[in-house]
Amino acid sequence: MTTTTSTDELLSVRGLRKVYGSGPGATEAVRDLTFATRAGEMVCIVGPSGAGKTTLLRCIAGLLPPTSGEVTLDRHPVSGPPEGMAVVFQDYARSLFPWLTVAQNVDLPLREKGVARAERRRLVAESLDAVGLADVPNSYPWQLSGGMQQRVAIARAVAYEPRILLMDEPFAAVDAQTRADLEDLVRDLWHRLGITLLFVTHDIDEAIYLGQRVLVLSARPTVVLEDVTVDLPETRDQLTTRNDPRFHALRTHVHGLVQQAKRGEAARRAAA
Amino acid sequence: MTSLTARTAVTPARSLGSRLRHHGRRLAVLLGLPAVLAALWWIVSERAGNFFFPPLSEILAEFGPTWFDGRLGHDLLPSLGRLAAGYALALLLGVALGVLIGTRPALRAFAEPVLEFFRAIPPPVMVPILMLFLGIGTTMKVVVIVSGAVWPVLLNTVEGVRGIDGLLHDTARVYRLRPLTRLRTVVLRGASPGIVTGARQALSIAIVLMVISEMFAANNGLGFSIVQFQRGFALPEMWTGIILLGLVGLLLSLIFRAVERAVLAWYRGQRQAQRGGSR
Repeated sequence: MTTTTSTDELLSVRGLRKVYGSGPGATEAVRDLTFATRAGEMVCIVGPSGAGKTTLLRCIAGLLPPTSGEVTLDRHPVSGPPEGMAVVFQDYARSLFPWLTVAQNVDLPLREKGVARAERRRLVAESLDAVGLADVPNSYPWQLSGGMQQRVAIARAVAYEPRILLMDEPFAAVDAQTRADLEDLVRDLWHRLGITLLFVTHDIDEAIYLGQRVLVLSARPTVVLEDVTVDLPETRDQLTTRNDPRFHALRTHVHGLVQQAKRGEAARRAAA
Repeated sequence: MTSLTARTAVTPARSLGSRLRHHGRRLAVLLGLPAVLAALWWIVSERAGNFFFPPLSEILAEFGPTWFDGRLGHDLLPSLGRLAAGYALALLLGVALGVLIGTRPALRAFAEPVLEFFRAIPPPVMVPILMLFLGIGTTMKVVVIVSGAVWPVLLNTVEGVRGIDGLLHDTARVYRLRPLTRLRTVVLRGASPGIVTGARQALSIAIVLMVISEMFAANNGLGFSIVQFQRGFALPEMWTGIILLGLVGLLLSLIFRAVERAVLAWYRGQRQAQRGGSR
């Protein structure tokens, strides 16, 4: 376990529990989750499918009230979407406004934040440039490929200048090559902006490649199985990092944990 | 907008001659059937010799004198004014109530059966009842139009609001969009395909009710004129009124289509993109 001093702790999740429904039909999606992240950290969350990763993320984002437990951001309890937080959802096609152009999609949250016009124009241009979409500001999202649409969603999040960015399996629906590009893009943006990044994925390699820490979740009902520190060099590269013996060791370790999580699930089912 | 047209209009440059031929063909397709029908009407009515079915030549000859000597201002304009007022009120009321009901699932479950009942009542039935309460003035006619045209707008708005993707609402919440921005940028734009469908149905209902309300009781208007001509056995004049009514309907639907193209350009593009497979 990484020990986080309470002074530079940004996000804290304590005893989080989420039960959907009530009575005999109730499902316990998350049982008891406790972890914290420091400001500026990149934390990846992996777990078997159905581990309640999305539930956890929605609770942190303030989109879903937990059944019990607490999420705090800067020691303020989260009861609705907090200020200074951006989210990139898995389903890019459904999270961009199809009636707004690419630039308008990025601009809308800034306008709401009350950013001055000139500053907005700069932020929109810079963020689109950062994700390699400087040439299509006036296109509509549906005129772009899947990978490009997810870049728009990332540009929108980046232009918003959040202190904490949540990403919910953002690259699950894009092809492998685009995915590698987008991983490097996210790493690069995180480095440059110094934001705190919480990245949910089911891909173990992706989690280790991106994160400073990897939280491995158990199967439903979910607890934190292990908080793995990724002791790889800060500068990462698709080829060298992924061929690093340490990368392989971490991968084997996390893979074992996830397998254990799945078996635990099977054992519980057999016992029931 | 520019990239949209750039994508759909990738026709290679053509010579003036072939462009003219192309437009000529389109015009021929567009006007072909109306021309044939008009010719058929002309020939059949010329030989019918029926008092109630006068020759088209006679009707057309009457058209100018009947309408262009003051009747356009005296009858057509009041009709259009009442239509515009009733239609605008129906849109406003339908969209406002539709958004209210569509965004509150509990209210929707509560209200929907009643709304379906009101929608099922044929609007002309309301005319005699509304006459009892509101007399035979302009107010009555506007209320008649609203009472019929509001339902398709309302129900389709409810459907449109309900059909907005939950993830868009989540996105709006995450980026802390204010209620008014959410209404304008998320709810109304997202529901616009439904609203437009309702508005299209409402337009034809509104035209029907405009005419019917004038036929019951009025001292001017298109419907009033047609009934007057019919009662006075001025049959060619009556037919000119019917033709004028058809032309008004056609013009309004053309205007509607132009507005729809502008408002729903994104929707058409998105659907085309989905049909063409995600790129």
